[in-house]
Amino acid sequence: MSNTAEKALKGGSFLVDELTPDQMFVPEDLTEEQQMIAKTTQDYIQNEVLPHMETLEKQDLELTKKLLRKAGDLGLLGADVPEAYGGLGLDKISSSLITEKFALARSFSLSYGAHVGIGSLPIVLFGTPEQKQKYLPDLATGKKFAAYALTEPGSGSDALGAKTTAKLNEAGTHYILNGEKQWITNSGFADVFVVYAKVDGDKFTAFIVEREFPGVSTGAEEKKMGIKASSTRTLILEDVPVPVENVLGEIGKGHKIAFNILNIGRYKLAVGCVGAAKRVLEVAVRYANGRKQFNTPISSFTLIQNKLANMAIQTYAAESSVYRTVGLFRDRMDNLTEEEINDGAKVAEAIAEYAIECSLNKVFASEALDYIVDEAVQIHGGYGYMQEYEVEGAYRDSRINRIFEGTNEINRLLVPSQILRKTMKGDLPLLQKAQTLQEELLMLMPEEPGDAPLDQERYLLKNAKKVFLMVAGLGVQKFGKNLEHEQELLANVADIVSNIYAMESVITRTQKAIDKTGLEKNQQKLLMTEVFCQEAFQKIEALAKESLLVIEEGDNLRMMLSALRKLTRFTPSNVVAKKRAIAQNVMKAETYIV
Amino acid sequence: MNIYVLMKRTFDTEEKIVIENGRVSDDGVNFIINPYDEFAIEEAIKLKDAHGGEVTVVTVGSEDAEKELRTALAMGCDKAVLISTEDVEDTDQWSTAEILAAYFKDKSFDIILGGNVSNDNGTGQIGPRLAEKLGIPHVSTIVKLEINGNQATIERDAEGDTEIIEASLPLLVTAQQGLNEPRYPSLPGIMKAKKKPLEVLELDDLDLDEDDVEAKTETVEVFLPPKKQAGRILEGDADSQAKELVRLLKSEAKVI
Repeated sequence: MSNTAEKALKGGSFLVDELTPDQMFVPEDLTEEQQMIAKTTQDYIQNEVLPHMETLEKQDLELTKKLLRKAGDLGLLGADVPEAYGGLGLDKISSSLITEKFALARSFSLSYGAHVGIGSLPIVLFGTPEQKQKYLPDLATGKKFAAYALTEPGSGSDALGAKTTAKLNEAGTHYILNGEKQWITNSGFADVFVVYAKVDGDKFTAFIVEREFPGVSTGAEEKKMGIKASSTRTLILEDVPVPVENVLGEIGKGHKIAFNILNIGRYKLAVGCVGAAKRVLEVAVRYANGRKQFNTPISSFTLIQNKLANMAIQTYAAESSVYRTVGLFRDRMDNLTEEEINDGAKVAEAIAEYAIECSLNKVFASEALDYIVDEAVQIHGGYGYMQEYEVEGAYRDSRINRIFEGTNEINRLLVPSQILRKTMKGDLPLLQKAQTLQEELLMLMPEEPGDAPLDQERYLLKNAKKVFLMVAGLGVQKFGKNLEHEQELLANVADIVSNIYAMESVITRTQKAIDKTGLEKNQQKLLMTEVFCQEAFQKIEALAKESLLVIEEGDNLRMMLSALRKLTRFTPSNVVAKKRAIAQNVMKAETYIV
Repeated sequence: MNIYVLMKRTFDTEEKIVIENGRVSDDGVNFIINPYDEFAIEEAIKLKDAHGGEVTVVTVGSEDAEKELRTALAMGCDKAVLISTEDVEDTDQWSTAEILAAYFKDKSFDIILGGNVSNDNGTGQIGPRLAEKLGIPHVSTIVKLEINGNQATIERDAEGDTEIIEASLPLLVTAQQGLNEPRYPSLPGIMKAKKKPLEVLELDDLDLDEDDVEAKTETVEVFLPPKKQAGRILEGDADSQAKELVRLLKSEAKVI
């Protein structure tokens, strides 16, 4: 089975390699079983949770626990827990589908996500067999609930700057923990906390802390802008004795756990954003079809159609990118051998492989959703500002996604720094590629793409990758080690990379669909791909231009700008007309449709 | 106990009905287990839990129905049978009952459960027709079922009233809303379902010929109900309003 893991694409390799349709997982590949899992989740959310949304938003934590236990009865809490520890050990696609469907229940899905994701996964991935045996069966069934405690008042993005301390007692049996962890999701009812603290002042370490341990308490519920159904409190640790066998992973190696759990948290967050985006689009198009002004449904106005089309396109791009990434995780994580699974270092390696993709998805999907909820409110007009309307809550709930699991700024900075690291380690042949490109740029002849479906988009993608190489290469040349101080430039590079990843995801997904069921049945996908690629490419061009102005000057600048012009020359199409056509299909289906 | 459930694959109740070339189009439509059949499946599983035995879910139709059969297996049925009618040009309720009767001919069963009606054609004929052909009693629109040995005590919905009926096994019943709350297929159930037997039978396997089961009825026309018109508010005092209402019912609506 490990062949598959080896066959799995390398993280970041999309920048240099071409992706073939058979290498990419697409939602059209879902098995019957996976669809059934999605349906059960959706039915559970619709019938058991949504009728109670109002009560949940008033933070009825008993109800939250009750509903989570019901989810446990259906097996929904055990997807990522191995069978040997009372879970189902499902593939990563299935567990992502569950996450996507949970997003329908808005902030209730955070209670779920914090429990099964960042709460339970550290034990699943890095626990000893004894720790797994002790905690996982109860967590997988909802007998107990988990939370994750990393952030502190003084350390957010700078997670390793934590002040919480752990000191081994004289008998050597317990670590004594002291400190405060802030904004801990599920803290109002969680039984088990994964807590980070520093041993001997500098050894960042993860611990499994039970609520029942003496000295553990929580503060008052935070009053938040949104996600009101979730419990968010401070976790207070006062001389808490934690048995030495509750050290998670190795002393001083807590950062490995923290960063990799963040990676997983990021792609899962992106999956949730896709679920929310689909729902919000559905609500918006139904409203637009039903609401009449000037005696006509407002969806007949092309400015509204334009919004609906943009929302659909963003959703398509986010969904395609996210499931592509989940597919990568499946290929790598689901095929670890028993031995490798028990070796935390191997697990961490497998997750870290896709750190770039996780950051890209987190940023792209959270910003897509934020754009979508904003337009959904706009389509609702004044009603969208009223609490009786679902989009009002969706709008507030969306905002946090750009902040937690690493702010989008931190995630943007991570992208180029990870790419650079991989390049320096020799994992990515970017230097060679950049050299070839330099020669190519000197005698660049404009190419004419073919006129078969997706020919133009593939051409744009190919050139976008060259633009990335040019800008990143010049940036490294110019700034060298000081590049890290050029944050605006780094963010531009991240955005170029992000658009490349999304372009490639929609092109390849659409190609795969056309290969499978023909052009006729995939018109919507093709239209959305065409519009997305054109607009993404134009953004890439603008970002590259701004970046060149930062990096170069004088003749060099003029030369590079001229090369950029050649690389970005293409014949654009009328996206306004295409968006109308896309909107018509969305309006007819009254939901997200591909 | 030998329990059988009749299941039909139908349109999702939330789908919009589109007519194309004189037929209801199923292009891009979501399909589900007929909701009334879901009650039957749930009741069958409960019977098995209480009395032991085995639940077999049977459907007649296209091979696409395999998906809904898997869902029934995931809910807790033990076996599934799909009788394919893909080679038959046109079938109707008579055909389906004929095919099911051929299937049950050599089966031993204690009880057969089905939905009261399907949410698409809504004729409610399959259950009664099949019972008649098998020569067993049947009770339709049941809302409660208790079995003691060979005796069944049944409450049935009689147009809003409740009728209590006693019947002996073997028996066929059809489920009405209110009989139970169908469960969702749990994730462990879904995982188990793929290992459960799902048998596909052709008409040949039942010693039937396509011609034997061709529809006896012909669909002449399919049309959507007329669009709901805006309401009208009658003016004037109560007397003149009543007069105007009677006149409209007579001359416009032509219902009296």
